[in-house]
Amino acid sequence: MSSETFHRTADQSARGAEHEPYLVVDDLTVRFPTADGLVQAVTGLSYSLAQGKTLGIVGESGSGKSVSSMAIMGLHDYKRTRMSGSIRIGGKEIIGLSSEDMRGIRGGDVSMIFQDPLSSLHPFYSIGYQISEAYIAHKKVSKSQARAKAIEMLERVGIPQPKSRVDDYPHQFSGGMRQRAMIAMALVNDPKLLIADEPTTALDVTVQAQILDLLQELQRDFNSAIIIITHDLGVVAEMADEVLVMYAGRAVEVGPTRELLTHPEMPYTWGLLSSVPDVSADTGAQLIPIPGNPPSLLDPPTGCPFHPRCLHRDKVPGDLCRTELPALVTAARAGHTKRCHLANPDQIYETEVLPEIAPDLVELVIEDASHTNAGEGAAPGEAIAPENR
Amino acid sequence: MFGYVVRRIISGVLVLLVISVAVFALFFYGPADPALAYCPETRCTPQRLDNIRTQLGLDRPVVVQYAEYMKGIVAGNDFKAGSITIKCDAPCLGVSFKLRVNVTDYLLSKFPATLSIALGASVIMLLVGVSSGIFAARRRGTVADKGIVGISLIVNAIPYYLLALLAYLLLISQWGIFPESGYFPLLTDGPVAWAKGLMLAWLVIGISSSTQYARFSRGSMIESGNEDYVRTARAKGLSERRVTMRHALRAAIVPVVTIFGLEFAYLLAGTIFTERIFDIQGIGLTGLQAIGTKDLPVIAATVLIGAAFIVVANIVVDIIYSVIDPRVRLS
Repeated sequence: MSSETFHRTADQSARGAEHEPYLVVDDLTVRFPTADGLVQAVTGLSYSLAQGKTLGIVGESGSGKSVSSMAIMGLHDYKRTRMSGSIRIGGKEIIGLSSEDMRGIRGGDVSMIFQDPLSSLHPFYSIGYQISEAYIAHKKVSKSQARAKAIEMLERVGIPQPKSRVDDYPHQFSGGMRQRAMIAMALVNDPKLLIADEPTTALDVTVQAQILDLLQELQRDFNSAIIIITHDLGVVAEMADEVLVMYAGRAVEVGPTRELLTHPEMPYTWGLLSSVPDVSADTGAQLIPIPGNPPSLLDPPTGCPFHPRCLHRDKVPGDLCRTELPALVTAARAGHTKRCHLANPDQIYETEVLPEIAPDLVELVIEDASHTNAGEGAAPGEAIAPENR
Repeated sequence: MFGYVVRRIISGVLVLLVISVAVFALFFYGPADPALAYCPETRCTPQRLDNIRTQLGLDRPVVVQYAEYMKGIVAGNDFKAGSITIKCDAPCLGVSFKLRVNVTDYLLSKFPATLSIALGASVIMLLVGVSSGIFAARRRGTVADKGIVGISLIVNAIPYYLLALLAYLLLISQWGIFPESGYFPLLTDGPVAWAKGLMLAWLVIGISSSTQYARFSRGSMIESGNEDYVRTARAKGLSERRVTMRHALRAAIVPVVTIFGLEFAYLLAGTIFTERIFDIQGIGLTGLQAIGTKDLPVIAATVLIGAAFIVVANIVVDIIYSVIDPRVRLS
């Protein structure tokens, strides 16, 4: 799979829409002018995604992962946002599109699931009404047809007795059912691209797996492209074909999921892997948080934005990390790109990082990383804290 | 729901009982003697004062008078004054000291004027207030928004009686832009005369009160505009109009309903300044005149009726709440 899905796309637009992946984001920059200054929410972000594929976008709060996805939906207030670059959906450029035309795409070809299904559903309208409303907005159908469609969708996402639950209000649903209803609403118009913004963060662990299964099942049926935004690497390991790691509004590492989780080359990705606890891991393994806080996007650090928090910056000669932004270059293996000045990241990861976070895995990984399957691919990071730090 | 309403009505009645006791107590143990008001200053002998007291029934113990008053409300009461008998059916609020008429009937005859003021003023305050609030919220931070907030603060800072008085003096007396104000019953004088006489009063109350609705609904709209479910509505591809009116406003209207429910009750209880300045014979002006003449039964009745309106408005607001917000269950 997919060095295809994940090209740099700068010269692709010339070749026409037919050969292009369904979603192409090219050099996307999003800025919010505020009273305190210009918030550089997303800078020079490029990626693409084909139908039927899943992209996981990972990063801390404020890394620009939600902002970039909201841009695809055209959900930013145009008056308060400066956007440049290109976002093409099915070959159609949507930056600069009139709000009227954007409305036709939003909820139709592209739809979105939000983090907290309770606050994302209107408390005063029934579930059925809210789903029908999304259907009517894009199709010429009567209210009763829309209602029938809502019942059908509720059944499709596994709500028991959809005929009677359709008139329930969100507060009468459980958390998992609400997220199912949200998904039903997002899928009512058979979108070609579904953006799931932390779809399981607000749910119980047991329900999380069900929702992820549901999304995968629906993806198979509808052949949609899915962007799953998360900070949970477990979700990424389970769902994504490709992973995009974002930091301070930029892509810092991109690659196929298994490759990226087993051979991460960017210290920030190492940090993310090190901070994932796992109940089944060796108790000798350490949970190592990333020191410091995400940088202010009003005044991002010079050079590599991660350098103030990077434990490995001393290994780069001179002042390079502080003065020069590393380019997004190809890593050791094809299809994998990273933004880091380190000369031998693979080696540092195996000799310095892995022994600390997953000592039991070191030999295995060194022996042959490609034998680990995608699920276990996340394992290097899944370490448990012997002492809570 | 039914049980809830019954409980609320019972507690409302208790509130009214306490208020009636308070009104009686204030009147009897207050600084002024009601009988003195009916005793001509120059020829007021102690004996004459006693006669007046007896005549008004003020010589009996307060408790007895209160019990009689309560009995009148529940069962009705007939009053004898010399040769004539004043019939007073339940709910009997007594007989006016000054006018010797049945207070219930008297106030009922004044009520249409007050109701007319309240209805017209409410329409204006809600239309002007809520729509300018929504307008400002949608254009937050712009000149239009700042203008609306600024004007509303200025209007709000002007004391109401001053605004009403200036409006009357300038717009009616001096410039004659508005016709002479007054109450002309809708049913007998027709809608044109009715509206003409009340027009300025409606505008003054409406605009003066609209300022708080403007600021309230603006804040409430901005708040609900930031809610996740409004973002969801937008993400569904709904029109901006539908997002605002169906999704944001629906949630933002709840606090507005609360303040409006109570405000409407206050208006029904009598708009004293308005009725006085624009010379409209409603409950407010009647109450004011009754205070001047120390006409206890009329004063007590206006206070009780006003309190009853507020109690009822509170219950109605709570019921409306449960209709607007399906999460609210009355129990």
